Amino acid sequence: MKICVLVKEVPDAAVEKRMDPNSKRLDRSGEKNLNPFDTHAIEAAMQIREGGAVDVDEIVAVTMGPESAFRALHKAVSLGADRSVHLTDEALAGSDVCATGYALGKVLESESPDLVLLGQQSDDGECYTIGAVVADHLKMPSLTQVIKIDVEGGKLRCERQAEYGYDTVDVELPAVISVGDAINEPRYPSLKAIMGAKKKQLDTKAAGDVGIEADRVGEQGSQTQVLSINPPPEKAGGEIIEDEDTNETVEKIVAWLDERKLLA
Amino acid sequence: MSTAPIEYPPPVDSATEFVGPPTDPADERIEVGVAIVGGGPAGLACAIRLTQLLAEEETLLESLGEVPIALVEKGKGPGSHLLSGAMMKPSAMQKLFPDLPEEDWPTYGPVEKDTLYLLPNGKRAIPLKPTPPPFRNHGNHVTSVAQLGRWLAQQAEDAGVYILGETAGAKLLVADGRVVGVRSGDKGRGRDGQPLSNFEPGSDLIAQATVLCEGTQGHLTGAAIRHFEIGSEDPQQWELGVKEVWEVEKPLDRVIHTMGWPLHFAAKYREFGGSFIYPMGEDKISLGLVVGLDYRDARFSVHDALQELKGHPLVADLLEGGKRVAWGAKTLPSGGYWARPRQLWAPGMILCGDGAGMLNVPTLKGVHYAMHSGMFAAEAIFERLKAGRMCDDLSNYTAKVESSEIEEDTYRSRNMRQPFAKGFLVGGAIANMMEISGGRFPGGRWATHDDATVDVFIGKERDYPKPDGKKTFDKLSSVFASGNATRDDAPNHIRIQEKVPLEVALMWQNMCPAQVYEVPDEELEAASANGNGKLDGKHEVKLQITPSNCVQCGAITAKGGRLTPPEGGDGPNYQAT
Amino acid sequence: MSILTYALHYEGEFNKNSLGAVSEGAKLAKELGGEAAAVVVGGDDLTDELCATLGQYGATKVYRAKAPEGLAQPVVDVMAKVIQDNGYKYALFGGGLLGFEIGAGLTARLGAGVTMEVTAVKAQDGKLVAERPILQDSAIVDVGYVDEPGIIIGRLNAFDIPEAGEGAAEVIDVDIQLEAHSTKAVMVQRGEQRGADVNIEDADILVAGGRGLGKPEGFELAEALAEALGGAVAATRAVVDAGWYPYAAQIGQTGKTVAPKLYLAAGISGAIQHKVGMQNSENIVAINKDPNAPIFEFSDLGIVGDLNKILPKLTDAVKAKKG
Repeated sequence: MKICVLVKEVPDAAVEKRMDPNSKRLDRSGEKNLNPFDTHAIEAAMQIREGGAVDVDEIVAVTMGPESAFRALHKAVSLGADRSVHLTDEALAGSDVCATGYALGKVLESESPDLVLLGQQSDDGECYTIGAVVADHLKMPSLTQVIKIDVEGGKLRCERQAEYGYDTVDVELPAVISVGDAINEPRYPSLKAIMGAKKKQLDTKAAGDVGIEADRVGEQGSQTQVLSINPPPEKAGGEIIEDEDTNETVEKIVAWLDERKLLA
Repeated sequence: MSTAPIEYPPPVDSATEFVGPPTDPADERIEVGVAIVGGGPAGLACAIRLTQLLAEEETLLESLGEVPIALVEKGKGPGSHLLSGAMMKPSAMQKLFPDLPEEDWPTYGPVEKDTLYLLPNGKRAIPLKPTPPPFRNHGNHVTSVAQLGRWLAQQAEDAGVYILGETAGAKLLVADGRVVGVRSGDKGRGRDGQPLSNFEPGSDLIAQATVLCEGTQGHLTGAAIRHFEIGSEDPQQWELGVKEVWEVEKPLDRVIHTMGWPLHFAAKYREFGGSFIYPMGEDKISLGLVVGLDYRDARFSVHDALQELKGHPLVADLLEGGKRVAWGAKTLPSGGYWARPRQLWAPGMILCGDGAGMLNVPTLKGVHYAMHSGMFAAEAIFERLKAGRMCDDLSNYTAKVESSEIEEDTYRSRNMRQPFAKGFLVGGAIANMMEISGGRFPGGRWATHDDATVDVFIGKERDYPKPDGKKTFDKLSSVFASGNATRDDAPNHIRIQEKVPLEVALMWQNMCPAQVYEVPDEELEAASANGNGKLDGKHEVKLQITPSNCVQCGAITAKGGRLTPPEGGDGPNYQAT
Repeated sequence: MSILTYALHYEGEFNKNSLGAVSEGAKLAKELGGEAAAVVVGGDDLTDELCATLGQYGATKVYRAKAPEGLAQPVVDVMAKVIQDNGYKYALFGGGLLGFEIGAGLTARLGAGVTMEVTAVKAQDGKLVAERPILQDSAIVDVGYVDEPGIIIGRLNAFDIPEAGEGAAEVIDVDIQLEAHSTKAVMVQRGEQRGADVNIEDADILVAGGRGLGKPEGFELAEALAEALGGAVAATRAVVDAGWYPYAAQIGQTGKTVAPKLYLAAGISGAIQHKVGMQNSENIVAINKDPNAPIFEFSDLGIVGDLNKILPKLTDAVKAKKG
């Protein structure tokens, strides 16, 4: 079995994020890091391999992003991936969810994985959706926000918390699964693994190499458009009660809660 | 009533605990050519200089194996734990990058004007003219070491250096009397040190030479100095600096230093120090307060004094309409010439930069010394390797340091810091004479003293400004601004006695800029329960410690505790300091 | 310009986030001069009567398809067909996991633009514009669609549900041939309730305790109030660190992030490390004896006073009010 793990380079949590007023996109300058949710996806792949219920021949980390994103791939490899693929092309810059999902679908197609894993969300805002977009392009079954994966009889038995409680779902392979951070505790890379990461195979691919049609990606291929960036509405200052007579104070609190239907 | 923190020493014996032989099985050890501990200006300059020297030496390079140069850094990456003023003399950058024009340096360019002010109180500012020589900075570059570190790391990596971030140098590997490498720290331990499910033990990194460039309060540096008994008879001293970076509306056209207010410089308080305000390009300024850690009043807090300083009209005017974008804290070694380790090397090992006390105190400059010493270390090691010799005798490093500007400058100012123990006015007068006499007066050897031997007392409650979250900030929001997101169950990397007299406990609480130590309310109440409404400084209290707040400034090591490296990757993630 | 929504149901009732989407869709469709319809997918429990009730929320038509419930991909197949056959211009989803998955799947299937975590939608020049908060809600972007259809996925509780109206919706059965991959995920068990302990991330009401509770036993007061309110108890890092309360209940930068309807902070100063974990709560009530506590700067109702006096009486009063 071959597992592809989609990873992403995101601005480090310590970097104050801001929007670039010209491009109306997230200013991605400054320090970047492997999206923390993706480390859970890599760990999930490692645990499937180590679980022994199925033979995992290869774990491949796949990313789409600017040149600097190779660092995220190095990190992914140090965490256990065997090799990595970097889809990078000027034409891809500015892709929205629709275009990104299409491009990722194309690069994954070229790898023919049996399982695609990814983190359910990223620190830079594209949340919960990419897995399902990619799955539809690949015509694979898909689940997102999964917190437990077991391999049973060549299928995946997945658990997740949905609207009405915990759901258990069997998924046939090949499949696309996005995972939450509750699924595991990612391991730390050993020093040897960090040093070895540079030497593992890293294939860099351009859009054309994997058959991506240029007019379906990038800014021009995107179907959404940020019209404006606005400050959030000013929150009105809260009401303050000095507790002088506690009975009266409590009465006021209860009335306040009741007014907002919080005592139903 | 007073107590010296040294009476409550940390429960640690660094020379035995942090020094030892390799423990990994021989075939699992990672072999590298040269191991560098610390990704600051010293370590990175060392790494880059080595690549330059080895560039023409193919056979030698090959003999160093698959990984000729490895650098370990305990922060997320080089720069994460770096903080300085920073005013840099250009000599080291010129030497390391002779072909790079100064305008392409990762700096905010050279200084053209500077002013030193004496602040007699919270309202007035008296410019001292002409600016005394130590405060003249014409031609020096303002930079952010957090950014400089990242830039240097990029150069090093491009030249083939293995930079291993999130990796602490936890133990110095010594076998048969020589340093053979360094062991990286464990990861995945719980609060009480127990291995968690994702525990990953450290690894032995074996090297022909190991260069310790750990910066202030170096963990292995301290252990090595003890183990090899190469320290000076004069103890090292430290100062604590807290700084903020502000985005401002109007550009600052000069470099400003201040002395005086809000520090209490009478001999009783001994708050020796001052502030710096540097322009960082058109839209940012760097603002910091540096105070010697031999101060005495347990109520004193550098962080809060910096908040107070921002209320002075001189400073408030500069910050008007601005926004704080970064915060951090760091100690710097101020023992100067006499406190520098007696020997700067041991077999297989070299000490560089701040860790070796290489800092010019009156001018507050050490970045270029760090880089120079790193380059000297590279050259010394290269000479030995090239000659086909082991790196057992690295006295050639000392020779290089001693014939450099590091030696010249620090000797000249060798007795300048010590007199300030006599209070600011007397000390200032003596230091001034030293400057005027070109370093000849006062002569002799003025002893330094260990900061932790200074008695502390509980003074009057200080009237620090109440943080408003706009101009003035509390410690916790500042820790947040440092990018510190250390997991809460990380092991405690701070060694101190947790039950100490209130005067020591309060001193730690107020000293720490990151709110690591707190005296719980009930303990404070118990200490004031003697009926007269006064706090009993001798009453022993139990501290509450939050090590995950720590920003690795190192002040606790100076003042009676012992900081060790956190789990690799923990601590602050400075971006602009 | 008509809008298609998806209505999730479970055990004979529609999901409240779905009803929000239907109501919002109806409101917007009116502004655009079109109508709103809803898609429902499931088995025999989707009776004509049940489906028609969506009319009370403004849907004029309900497209009903027989397919497995609780999974996204069959719904993607149905909605893609309904949109293609009937020319709906927008697909609107309430918050929740399935909304994200279905919306994302439709994005790929139709090559459509998508905006998620949307908190408001407005009609502008005959088109819809979605408002999405970004960067920890420090800014809001207005997102428009280059082409149709456009897909809008709301944040939890983003859309109001006006009082149910009168109308009944027309129910139309859709004959659907599911895509092969849409049949390869099979629900084994749905809606399992686990453990008695409440997950604080899901609780509508949280009573959070900080160091101001004074001692570990102080949490008993918080627990009693939480029980009376029908909520759960959360804690700050300081008290978790001090061992007063378990880590699982910790809110903040290094703990959990929550956005309940009511966040009642008892003895919490409101440090930024805590604030980032709860600032999106709908209503924030803070009780603290320190009038300068930063939490008062971002609470909707602040009470300056002694917790030991206020909490027990408040608990009793809440119980009395609720009967």
